[in-house]
Amino acid sequence: MQDVVLALLAKGPSHGYELRRRLLAALGPMGSAFNAGQVYVTLGRLERAGLVESAEVGQAYRPDRRVYELTAAGHERVATWVAEVDWPKPAPAEFHLKLTAVAAAGLADPVAVADAQRRELLRRLRDVEQALLEAPDRSAAALLLEGAVLNLQAGIRWLELCAEHWTGWRQGDERRQGNDG
Amino acid sequence: MTGNPRQVLATRGLTKVYGSGPSMVRAVDGVDLDVQTGEVVSVMGPSGCGKSTLLYLLGGLERPTAGEVVLAGDRVDRLSETRWARLRRHAIGFVFQAFHLVDELTVVENVELPALLAGATPGKARRRAAELVDRVGLADRAGYLPAQLSGGQKQRVAVARALVNEPLVVLADEPTGNLDTAATTDVLRLFARLRSAGQTLVIVTHDSRVASTADRLMTMRDGAIVDHTRLERRTSTVDDLVSSAGLETGS
Repeated sequence: MQDVVLALLAKGPSHGYELRRRLLAALGPMGSAFNAGQVYVTLGRLERAGLVESAEVGQAYRPDRRVYELTAAGHERVATWVAEVDWPKPAPAEFHLKLTAVAAAGLADPVAVADAQRRELLRRLRDVEQALLEAPDRSAAALLLEGAVLNLQAGIRWLELCAEHWTGWRQGDERRQGNDG
Repeated sequence: MTGNPRQVLATRGLTKVYGSGPSMVRAVDGVDLDVQTGEVVSVMGPSGCGKSTLLYLLGGLERPTAGEVVLAGDRVDRLSETRWARLRRHAIGFVFQAFHLVDELTVVENVELPALLAGATPGKARRRAAELVDRVGLADRAGYLPAQLSGGQKQRVAVARALVNEPLVVLADEPTGNLDTAATTDVLRLFARLRSAGQTLVIVTHDSRVASTADRLMTMRDGAIVDHTRLERRTSTVDDLVSSAGLETGS
């Protein structure tokens, strides 16, 4: 959130209301997850960190408003953020370890655990898909929703592979037990 | 088999075996299925899991080795080819991955063709086809040939054609398999409208986008249904959207 607000200010000085408006335009239905106060709280934190500075600007017939702009340190942080190639939650390593652990300890059927997770992602996909079908074509909001769709599809595809892998493991396990008995 | 009037299509122990001896493959292995009027059901699974064979058995394009298919309360799995062909024209609409439009016919001619084959008068068939071409958003392309259309537009024509005889159920086999993201969105919008209009749809697909838009989702592996999920619409979606998009809303 801090990085996003900083990047919005890279275009030039702006005020909280305008920043929130631009955030909503970019996020579409997801924008409503950000409450109005959050932008102001973030701006306050950024100012205390020395990344932005602000001044009251008088307006005719309206209350004064506070205009924010990036400091040199703020510009530097935006540049670093833009160059970063980190991807949030790159590999579902934790879930992979969960399946391995439940299988090893006999806590649950790993195929059932993978299928339950896949069902959950399919439900989320349905929600995102619904929002996408209702979003205007070629809008910024639709583009973000398409990203979410592809992300969920990749997760679902991987969970199908998990189910296949652990189905094979389960059959091998049954055969091993059959040979023992 | 059942007195449930809302049931359109059902199977019991449906099985299709190819080959024999050591090379025998159970493509569909004891599938029980119930599809109610106005439901959208999707069958998902990797290629080779038997989902297309299942769809062909439902539409009478293949005959089961064992088991029953019940359409609108009647056993149909033992019908002769002639009787199946007649039934199929009126009761079932097909949508295929490769569209299967007639290249030499215009959009509206492709759509009216099944109506003419089913015995509609030319005037009635044309009126109904024109109405459906409009409904799938292609009124301005009614006189085009398939070669002049994009993949997404071709599939919308194929959907209109599937609807022309007001079938009890539309069976779709990988309907977005040849389409890009934007064209997939168009076809899914069309399916959503059909669903709102109460059209019963069975879709087999490996595309999770398509599968997720169904009311019920079945997963097939090695010829059998291994998972069955009802996908209710949930009320609070913004939080779900946000976490799905990887947004961090804290400051």
